[in-house]
Amino acid sequence: MKKKLLDGSFLYVIISIVIGFIIGALLLLVIGVNPGVAYAKLFSGVFSKPKFITYSIVYAAPLIFTGLSVAFSFRTGIFNIGAEGQYVVGSLAAAVIGILIPMPKGIHAIVCILAAAAAGALWGFLVGLMKVKKGINEVLSYIMLNWIAFYLSNFVVNIKAIHTDQGAEATKNIQETASIKMPSAMAKLTGCTDVHWGIVLAVLAAILMWFIMTKTTFGYQLRAVGFSRTAAEYAGISSNKIFLTSMSISGVLAGLGGAVQLLGMSERIPQFASQEQYGFQGITVALIGSTNPLGCIASGLFYGAMKYGGNKLTVVNVPTEVVNIIMGTIIIFIAISPVFKEILQKAVAKKEGGKD
Amino acid sequence: MFITYLGLLINAILVSTPPLLLAGLGSCFSERSGVVNIGIEGMMTLGAFTGAAVAYFTGNGWLGFLCGGLAGMLLGLIHAVVCISLHADQTIAGTAINFIGPGFAVFLCKAIFENSSDSPALDTTAKLPKMFNGMFPAGSFGYNVISTYSVAYLSFLLALVCWFIFFKTRYGMRLRAAGEHPEACETLGINVYHVRYIAVLISGFLSGLGGAFVTLTTVSQFRPSVIVGQGFIAIAAVIFGKFTPQGTFAGCLIFGLCNGIRSLISVSNSSISPNLLSMIPYLVTIATLIFFVGAGHVPAANGKIFVRSK
Amino acid sequence: MKSNMDKDTVVIEMRDIVKKFGNFVANDHINLTVHKGEVHAILGENGAGKSTLMNVLYGMFRPTSGQIFINGKEVTIENPEKAISLGIGMVHQHFMLVQPFTVTENIVLGAEPMKGITVDLKTAREKILELSEKYSLKVDPDAKIEDISVGMQQRVEILKVLYRGADILILDEPTASLTPQEIDELMVIIENLTAAGKSIILITHKLKEIKASSNYCTIIRRGKYINTVKVSDVSEDDLAAMMVGRHVAFSVEKKEQEPGDTVLEVKDLHAVDYRGAEILKGLNLSVRAGEIVGLAGIDGNGQSQLVEILTGLSKATSGEVLLHGENLVNKTPKEMFDKGISSIPEDRQKHGLVMDFSVSENLVLQNFAKEPFAKSGILNKKAIHDHATQLIGDFDIRPVGCEDRLGKELSGGNQQKVIIAREVTNDKDLLIAFNPTRGLDVGAIEFVHKYLVAQRNKGRAILLVSFELDEIMGLSDRIEVIFDGRINGSMKGSEADEYKLGLMMAGGKAE
Repeated sequence: MKKKLLDGSFLYVIISIVIGFIIGALLLLVIGVNPGVAYAKLFSGVFSKPKFITYSIVYAAPLIFTGLSVAFSFRTGIFNIGAEGQYVVGSLAAAVIGILIPMPKGIHAIVCILAAAAAGALWGFLVGLMKVKKGINEVLSYIMLNWIAFYLSNFVVNIKAIHTDQGAEATKNIQETASIKMPSAMAKLTGCTDVHWGIVLAVLAAILMWFIMTKTTFGYQLRAVGFSRTAAEYAGISSNKIFLTSMSISGVLAGLGGAVQLLGMSERIPQFASQEQYGFQGITVALIGSTNPLGCIASGLFYGAMKYGGNKLTVVNVPTEVVNIIMGTIIIFIAISPVFKEILQKAVAKKEGGKD
Repeated sequence: MFITYLGLLINAILVSTPPLLLAGLGSCFSERSGVVNIGIEGMMTLGAFTGAAVAYFTGNGWLGFLCGGLAGMLLGLIHAVVCISLHADQTIAGTAINFIGPGFAVFLCKAIFENSSDSPALDTTAKLPKMFNGMFPAGSFGYNVISTYSVAYLSFLLALVCWFIFFKTRYGMRLRAAGEHPEACETLGINVYHVRYIAVLISGFLSGLGGAFVTLTTVSQFRPSVIVGQGFIAIAAVIFGKFTPQGTFAGCLIFGLCNGIRSLISVSNSSISPNLLSMIPYLVTIATLIFFVGAGHVPAANGKIFVRSK
Repeated sequence: MKSNMDKDTVVIEMRDIVKKFGNFVANDHINLTVHKGEVHAILGENGAGKSTLMNVLYGMFRPTSGQIFINGKEVTIENPEKAISLGIGMVHQHFMLVQPFTVTENIVLGAEPMKGITVDLKTAREKILELSEKYSLKVDPDAKIEDISVGMQQRVEILKVLYRGADILILDEPTASLTPQEIDELMVIIENLTAAGKSIILITHKLKEIKASSNYCTIIRRGKYINTVKVSDVSEDDLAAMMVGRHVAFSVEKKEQEPGDTVLEVKDLHAVDYRGAEILKGLNLSVRAGEIVGLAGIDGNGQSQLVEILTGLSKATSGEVLLHGENLVNKTPKEMFDKGISSIPEDRQKHGLVMDFSVSENLVLQNFAKEPFAKSGILNKKAIHDHATQLIGDFDIRPVGCEDRLGKELSGGNQQKVIIAREVTNDKDLLIAFNPTRGLDVGAIEFVHKYLVAQRNKGRAILLVSFELDEIMGLSDRIEVIFDGRINGSMKGSEADEYKLGLMMAGGKAE
């Protein structure tokens, strides 16, 4: 049991989170804020009311999707830094159909979601294609496509048929029929007017991904390529096919994140001044979740709560950016956790050796 | 008419290239030494804030510029410790830097400037100086091309200096060797960790300068969206330029030219969407990679974790 | 061969050297004394601890305990820089050369002559030509490493050491990738060096070389010091016995049998390497059922490409690969396997195993999607596990009960057993074995050879590609020699003659 804990990743994730909060506290002290007050606000902002808890969960839905997206590609050895762009095009595709094409309720939402999945898949597939056919470093093309998606979205937002006539720099709202909000009884019950089906879809996606990864021959191939491309090739698994498939699926997941956020929560796309960050936050979610699909649910909920609770820090005059710094610190410490692991394992071995 | 437009174009290139070039040259150092640094964007953002804040309080643009570089270098130090001494995955560490840098910049901005995420606008005297001020009438060719920020021309000179360092000096030779075959370096008594630490610190410093250039020249203040993507374009320019200072210089000029053309078109013709024009540098990068450059020679040990033997 | 210089001056003394990695003791109280102007061989099997000992001497590893004396003075060698300053130089088995750098740049790296703030490559170049002349080490100072032969790369490595003024040269398995003729040249170089007063430590597991070049030999077995002997006083058999701890049979038991139908026929095969240079230039080869064909040759003459084409990993530009008469050239690895070609790959950690997969998963690497291991795309974990239990028992894979252990947790020999178990069980008509015993100890080598012969006796066709001439001569029914992308000659295994083979491997024609 002890050995399992020391060898696994859970313990180190927890340590990293604690260190992240400590560093955040030190920074707050430096700028003259009592970290106790700030963290109390953060905590109560998440847990003190059912409404707050529900909002945190609602915030988590798109993050779980982008987290799964990054985790999925990680398993095949690809670093999907392009989830951001896939999220944006997914959201954009859902918005265009949600605004322009009238359809019956229910079906409309499903079509929007499918369109988002297709757009995300395309965005991932293009990068895969460039990697497989031309050997172009995927990190570079992901970054390029992120920015192309960014400007594409801003371009579409400004098209007359889509742009709102209410004076804001944003699209029109999607039609009621495309919404994935839960029935108003649920909103009343929780006190959260934005409660929607996104979280349910996210959990289902995570379970499906877990099943594919561990139980199917497709998952076997994905993992084989992820661990050793050369050995997989030798065994007759075409790594190029696997890359294309997994990068597309990864795009689908990020695109779905964009869809649920749009159809359930924001209902329109604003003109962006800077990137939405959901994709990059997905990297954090994947790392905190140890690239395990079920772990991503937990880490997505954690990040959702941090984002929602973080918004309330302005009430006590604390910059919400402390959340970004905490998250960045957590990633760094997870990245160097092999060092911790070695130290802890040695310490335990020494202690146990001493007992003999 | 033509000469005026040409002047405007060159001016646009002169202000939009230096941030990319400074960051790009920095990236060259890091990548050539074998350390992938995708945290350039975060380093630039922190440099942009620090530059603006220091210039605001001291009224000295040069001091702000220098401090911007030092702020970037601080993030470079984090990246170096984590990647070189603690053997972390370099891409993940860079991602973290991209959270921490901008997060820290806005955090400090709010802490210092009464919860505002924008820093106050800088007086002209607190910005980086323009050369030959007042010698040419405003709007003339000479005004646009010659009477501009001296740092712009200095950054071009820096590309030459970097080329010299890379290919003529002892450090440059060891830097390139460390990125290709660190084990070989070690058998020859070269301390690979030292070589890489210096390279990553330089990359942070130059990125910070690049960020500070933005806030200390055209934009005149810090805003959270002030860097948006320039760090990533710098990396693209480096890959485009096959990891050499001269190639990076060419790559940055092309992006600068794209920017110049965009600003010219948006001045003269408002019917073309600025958003579509903004895509051009990214589309050009992708097209160049697909049709001309291909994979190119990446330093053989780039991104690989190197552990010194014990 | 052996120069008769003053052999009384002790230049190196290593006393009671212990080096531990965690709980593993790589060097267990080893002693070594080397005199001026002598060639001192260090003999041991793969993994015996020779390289570790030399890395301690060269400052790459810090010893756990023990003392080192250079020219009679006790020293602590904390890094290679210190070793270099003490006049010690090392030529590593895997060359430590920066590929895109020129010969000159590689030689001066770390000891660059300066002119102001620039590296003075011109002076360096002159000094290199001078050294190259003095010791007859012919190199092209302006060529890039990626463009020169393996032999020249080795000369560059030796020059690198001499350029730093080394008096003590450590050569780690220097003949591993040389032709017999290039080896002869190296022996002359060694003679020149000792004649000039340099001392040489030669790490090797090749007995003939020791007999040919060395004055003394220190034997190490499993990290322990066994003995130091005067080479002229002992026979090769004595050395072998000390190296492995018992007398070993160099030949493998193999019954005579008449080969059957042709299984594999390769016709006029052409291929290019990654740089676009032609590396296979019209190769013809056939293997019949029930025979082992050994493909002898020096690394880099097209063997890797041939094996890659036969297993579907890379493409030929023209030519045919016929299996039972059906042309399979440029099919995918999966098609090649399904049609009847299996292989034991050269690099077991890169190709043979997914190191982060469990032993069970590795044992179904090609068959995971077939029944009983999977049905309609869903894996049957129990069937996969049971299959592993069966093979672990049959092939004596250790530790017992390692079904769920990761590939990387096994020893090298057991990793190879996993691959052998898988490929022998696949039981395809053609089995390609590419350097199947590289880096294994004697016990594991015997195991591998036993199964190769068993497959041959069962009537399978075996293509053995190996850089170890002894292995080729010991196992093959027929030997084909590959040189420069073509077959340069062949002979019956029973009539194999090392010198003739060596000549053909170097491009010459046997009479």
